[in-house]
Amino acid sequence: MTILEIELCGIKMRNPTMLAAGILGSTASSLNWAGRSGAGAVVTKSFGIEPNKGYSNPTTVEVMGGIINAVGLSNPGVNNFKLELEKLDKSVPAIASVYGANQYEFSDIVSKIENLVDAIELNVSCPHAMGGCGSAIGQDPNLTADIVRTVKKNVKIPVIVKLTPNVTDIVEIAQYAEDAGADALTLINSMGPGMKIDIETGIPILKNRVGGLSGPAIKPIAIRCVFDVFESVDIPIIGVGGIRDYKDVLEFLYAGAQCVQIGTSIMYEGMDIFTNINNGLRRFMDKKGYGSVDEIVGIAH
Amino acid sequence: MNIPRIVKIKQIINESPTVKTFIFDWDVKDEIPGQFMMVWNFNNEKPMSISYIDPVKNEIGISIRNIGKFTKQIHNLCEGDKLGLRGPYGRGFHIAGSKILVVGGGIGMAPIIAFSDKASGMGIEVHIISAATTHNELLFNDRIEKSDAKLLTCTDDGTSGFCGFGTDLAEKTLSEIDYDMVICCGPEVMMKKLFDIVEKFKIPAQFSMERYMKCGMGLCGQCCVDNVGWRICVEGPVFWTDELRMINEFGQYRRDSSGVKHNIP
Ligand SMILES: Cc1cc2nc3c(=O)[nH]c(=O)nc-3n(C[C@H](O)[C@H](O)[C@H](O)COP(=O)(O)O)c2cc1C
Repeated sequence: MTILEIELCGIKMRNPTMLAAGILGSTASSLNWAGRSGAGAVVTKSFGIEPNKGYSNPTTVEVMGGIINAVGLSNPGVNNFKLELEKLDKSVPAIASVYGANQYEFSDIVSKIENLVDAIELNVSCPHAMGGCGSAIGQDPNLTADIVRTVKKNVKIPVIVKLTPNVTDIVEIAQYAEDAGADALTLINSMGPGMKIDIETGIPILKNRVGGLSGPAIKPIAIRCVFDVFESVDIPIIGVGGIRDYKDVLEFLYAGAQCVQIGTSIMYEGMDIFTNINNGLRRFMDKKGYGSVDEIVGIAH
Repeated sequence: MNIPRIVKIKQIINESPTVKTFIFDWDVKDEIPGQFMMVWNFNNEKPMSISYIDPVKNEIGISIRNIGKFTKQIHNLCEGDKLGLRGPYGRGFHIAGSKILVVGGGIGMAPIIAFSDKASGMGIEVHIISAATTHNELLFNDRIEKSDAKLLTCTDDGTSGFCGFGTDLAEKTLSEIDYDMVICCGPEVMMKKLFDIVEKFKIPAQFSMERYMKCGMGLCGQCCVDNVGWRICVEGPVFWTDELRMINEFGQYRRDSSGVKHNIP
């Protein structure tokens, strides 16, 4: 009998799949729905101090192998988001994804919601954030470390750092985050940014012109990031980028991820994706004689 | 793929002092009344109900009320100008029963007329309650007259038909005539009132909801509704009464582009 349960930083999950940040997840209702649909844990949409309208439409457009998006971290701000977190049904662990411009903003937000979630994911990796947020931080190892250190000082629950692949050496940033006290790493946020131009008019389709690339197209890069970082850090890794079926999940686990997040492929597969992936995983592992997810983490090394 | 297709405006129809219909050549496949298109004017992109589907001429149309910056920009366009369209999106109206009451308020008539044309074309007996502020804002009267559907008009100022709320006329009609089903699209306050009425009469009904929308492809979560979490752009915009019972924000509040809640109305 294969067991899909895992434990991440002391948090028990019934299976290794999570809803990724920013795909649904702006409300308790949609997070609870993902939980009911089979996700092992849910991550919220990233939120900041103040309400943020994000960019105007078009904010998303499909490309070969995925989409590019510049939603622009729209969110109702921490005080409104707190009311949503209070309505979580707690059927599965919930992780709050937060963003800010500096360590003070991060600490301020996190201290307001720490008691309502099981862990924090620091978004220092959004490729289309405004005002010095997102990857402006995550591309700098020192800025990243400062924020991790400050947040860690202020909270008791696990702190996960979500990194951008849009750097020369993701391993260096990962090590800085680990040294600063990160409890786990999420790899990777969307790539690029990329652009799509309409050929009739010559106009870039996204209002922000550029946006982060996500979906199956980025999976090989995400796998490589997980593989490389696994070799050089000791904290757990959450793999994300382009997962569409259980085979993709296996690749991430083999590369060294302890669990995974799923985002863009909900567009292709709907909310059944979690259950379908978990069924596929269970069947595959049964056939191969694997008893638990932990047995296969990192076997590509 | 979820990419805007650039189309020329083939025809513009002035429906009322504030509403225009824009017709496009479109390879009609399985477009269903109640579904919507994401309309890109090379500046912004918004969801618009399909108001016209002609699978023979291969045309679709959308009807737009001039109420803000985006809709004004589109109203200023001429025949031959271009727009980007992607879709159709969402779950449209289900056609069932042999006698249907459809209720449309204001620009909510857009998906209603597409439904009525299709259902009455199939031989279903359709009665339409078309509600507007005043007589020259009543939409699609000519199309309804050309079809087999029966029109009951209703205006706030009494300049045409029943004087008062569309919901009052609907309640009166429902108490006099038996229908298999009710279809409705209009301001949410009106839909909530009608929802309570059809619950009382125990008639199955479908309502088309609207929420702030960004991606239209089921990812961003902007249009998710409480408490079920469903996406207006995928699971909606059309919901049956038994589903609406679980959408407890219906008639109560809606979220803006940042996700902050605002009470209705
Ligand atoms: C529409 C959209 C919104 C996103 N919003 C966020 C966000 O708010 N915070 C974040 O950390 N990542 C965000 N992401 C990135 C995803 O969480 C994920 O890292 C990325 O899309 C790769 O995974 P995928 O290919 O499974 O989508 C977003 C992605 C998409 C497509």
